Amino acid sequence: MRRMMAVIFALVLLGLPAVHAVQPDEIMADPAKEARARELSRELRCMVCQNQSIDDSEAPLARDLRLLVRERIAAGDSNSQVIDFLVVRYGEFVLLKPRFERQTLLLWLLTPVVLALGGIALWFQIRRRSRGGADVPAPPLTSDEEARLAALMSDDAKSG
Amino acid sequence: MIAESGHYALVLALALALIQSIVPLIGARLNDAALMNVARSTALAQLLFVGASFIALVTLHVASDFSVANVYENSHSMKPLIYKITGVWGNHEGSMLLWVSILALFGGLVALFGNNLPLSLRAHVLSVQAWVASAFYLFILMTSNPFLRIANPPIEGRDLNPVLQDIGLAVHPPMLYLGYVGFSISFSFAIAALMEGRIDAAWARWVRPWTLMAWIFLTLGIAMGSYWAYYELGWGGWWFWDPVENASLMPWLAGTALLHSALVMEKRNALKVWTILLSILTFSLSLLGTFLVRSGVLTSVHAFASDPTRGVFILLILCVFIGGSLSLYAARASSLKQGGLFAPISREGALVLNNLFLTTACATVLVGTLYPLGLEVLTHEKISVGAPFFNLTFGPLFVPLLIAVPFGPMLAWKRGDLLGAAQRLMAAGIGALLVLALVWAWARGGSALAAPAIALAVFVILGSLTDLVERAGLFRVPFATALSRARGLPRSVWGTAFAHAGLGVALIGIVCETTWNSEYIGTMKPEDVAKVAGYELKLDGLLQRQGPNFREMIAQFEVFSDGDKVSVMAPSKRSFSTRGSSTTEAALLTRGASQLYVSLGDVTSEGAIAVRIYHKPLVLLIWWGPVLMAFGGMLSLSDRRLRVGAPKPARAQQRLQPAE
Repeated sequence: MRRMMAVIFALVLLGLPAVHAVQPDEIMADPAKEARARELSRELRCMVCQNQSIDDSEAPLARDLRLLVRERIAAGDSNSQVIDFLVVRYGEFVLLKPRFERQTLLLWLLTPVVLALGGIALWFQIRRRSRGGADVPAPPLTSDEEARLAALMSDDAKSG
Repeated sequence: MIAESGHYALVLALALALIQSIVPLIGARLNDAALMNVARSTALAQLLFVGASFIALVTLHVASDFSVANVYENSHSMKPLIYKITGVWGNHEGSMLLWVSILALFGGLVALFGNNLPLSLRAHVLSVQAWVASAFYLFILMTSNPFLRIANPPIEGRDLNPVLQDIGLAVHPPMLYLGYVGFSISFSFAIAALMEGRIDAAWARWVRPWTLMAWIFLTLGIAMGSYWAYYELGWGGWWFWDPVENASLMPWLAGTALLHSALVMEKRNALKVWTILLSILTFSLSLLGTFLVRSGVLTSVHAFASDPTRGVFILLILCVFIGGSLSLYAARASSLKQGGLFAPISREGALVLNNLFLTTACATVLVGTLYPLGLEVLTHEKISVGAPFFNLTFGPLFVPLLIAVPFGPMLAWKRGDLLGAAQRLMAAGIGALLVLALVWAWARGGSALAAPAIALAVFVILGSLTDLVERAGLFRVPFATALSRARGLPRSVWGTAFAHAGLGVALIGIVCETTWNSEYIGTMKPEDVAKVAGYELKLDGLLQRQGPNFREMIAQFEVFSDGDKVSVMAPSKRSFSTRGSSTTEAALLTRGASQLYVSLGDVTSEGAIAVRIYHKPLVLLIWWGPVLMAFGGMLSLSDRRLRVGAPKPARAQQRLQPAE
């Protein structure tokens, strides 16, 4: 009875929608399908959250999306069909991994381009240096340095 | 009265910073030592006044003075003392005050320990520090004053966001800021070098320990934040590629690159211009991080601020400092003399390769973080860039980098012997292959990439140890000799080995956690048993408890392994009435480096409770890695050759080649 009271009290106290990510009642009976659903969920954004996937999110919208994904899987959709279905409804924003398209060209290509350009720049730097670096004559002394050198030499001459 | 004093102290600090911004520069121009020395006194006085201002705010929070808006909005009289103190920086205004306090602290340290610096260099450095400080004092005083009063003080405060009432938050922001702001020192030195048009090895000698110190704090700060997210946010994730996390990762990547290039500069007097640029970029990224988090331009778990005037102000600071410093760089960099030739295969070459990959990784994070913002501004299209993108682009960059890590310290300066290094790393390579075979034989399920990734991590760890073994001559000379040689190795060599091994350790943790993580999600009634990864968890019951400023519901589990009772776990849900919000307090059971993780969901109408139980194999390695890295950094910092101001002792016997 006390336990019962505690539970009722907890219900009253914690009756707020502090739900969790994947709920027990959402899980599909077929483990293979459920695994697919989880995999897809990790790539989909909960649109009202802050950079969270629907797999992680506690928001009610994320739950709706998780159920929707499972509904589509149950209906026999392939993974890409599920994704397309969601993009048509919610836009590209729902994808945590943007598609490779015209407006995401820079996003996707920046890493290889920076790496390649950096590598090429280094290569030329090294070649230029190894070819010419050692042979470049030291810059001539400035008049200031000439004077100091002369002073040192005369000091040397005196002491020696 | 305390609030007004704190406010006034901050205004005085601004006045001092303005003096420090100008007078020492005039002194340097006129070659007037007295004017240049003004910087020293003002820097110390600034520290005093900002410190007083910070202490004033802490006092107000501890005393629960709700007539101060900042205290009213973020505190509660029933809040435990520790959270009253940490709540000071758990909000926008307070955290900015912490930011400038740490800036003043670093300025004060340069003033105190900079006696062996050339006078004009110190004057320039402290002036640049004061420019940054002035900008942020103005920002606080004009847009984010923490000392504002409320006309009709309420009797109770609105409490701190419950997820922030945690010991992790007590430590995470100060650590992070010590890192962020610590990079201001190398920035100031870089700007000073550009203004003076002069840079030498003594410069690098000075900059490197400061960079190292900032890097240590940033490493620990990021690790701390990650662990906090792991246990406090209740779904067991430890890195989300959230823009706010990226904001701290970018200066870390650039700072790590800086640490390595400054090494080349100190030892070989090469890469000067690049090191200067990296110093500027690293601090610019710290400023960018501050902007991203503090302006509310991104909304995320951490970004509490949302006032656009603040955003514009910080953006202005950002543009002035980044634009200004880069213009100065463009104008002056060519006047700095290049020096120190080296072959592509050499220690220098390896460090350049490290820089190439780290800066590319940093650029990847930068573009991934800012791209959605930029695209939305330009085309009004909204896209998301999340974890799957970063895993795909950022991850592969680390493969060649990690393969190269053990080779770096094995190569000699100027011209290295790659084949020789490869031969010495043979044992590490064989060890890695054995691990690869073992993992392939034993592991069930998971990605095919897991085994090679673990082998790579093992290679990094063994490779780092090989360097120590080689230098000590273990297996070649008698054991006692090797031992005494190992003891005689410069601490920086040990530091390098620890830091590099830390990378491998973290990688093992990351791979194991993501690949072989098992979970149970279900509703449980008392006496129900859940089975996860060989453990059985029996729910004993639910009970209620009253905390200082919350109520909590605790679920008690008994944990069995092979029928023997191992431990009990008590995850809970806390409900904070003042804010009407609740937090999930996960229960963690550590077994070796692995953890069982239990967090609670809702109670169903039948009196059962939703439960998530995870078994996370070797998850702790994810944070032990960074701790090892930071420890390596500390060892290197304690190396006598780096101790600031320590005179170099003459040594008769030949010294072993130091590495770091």
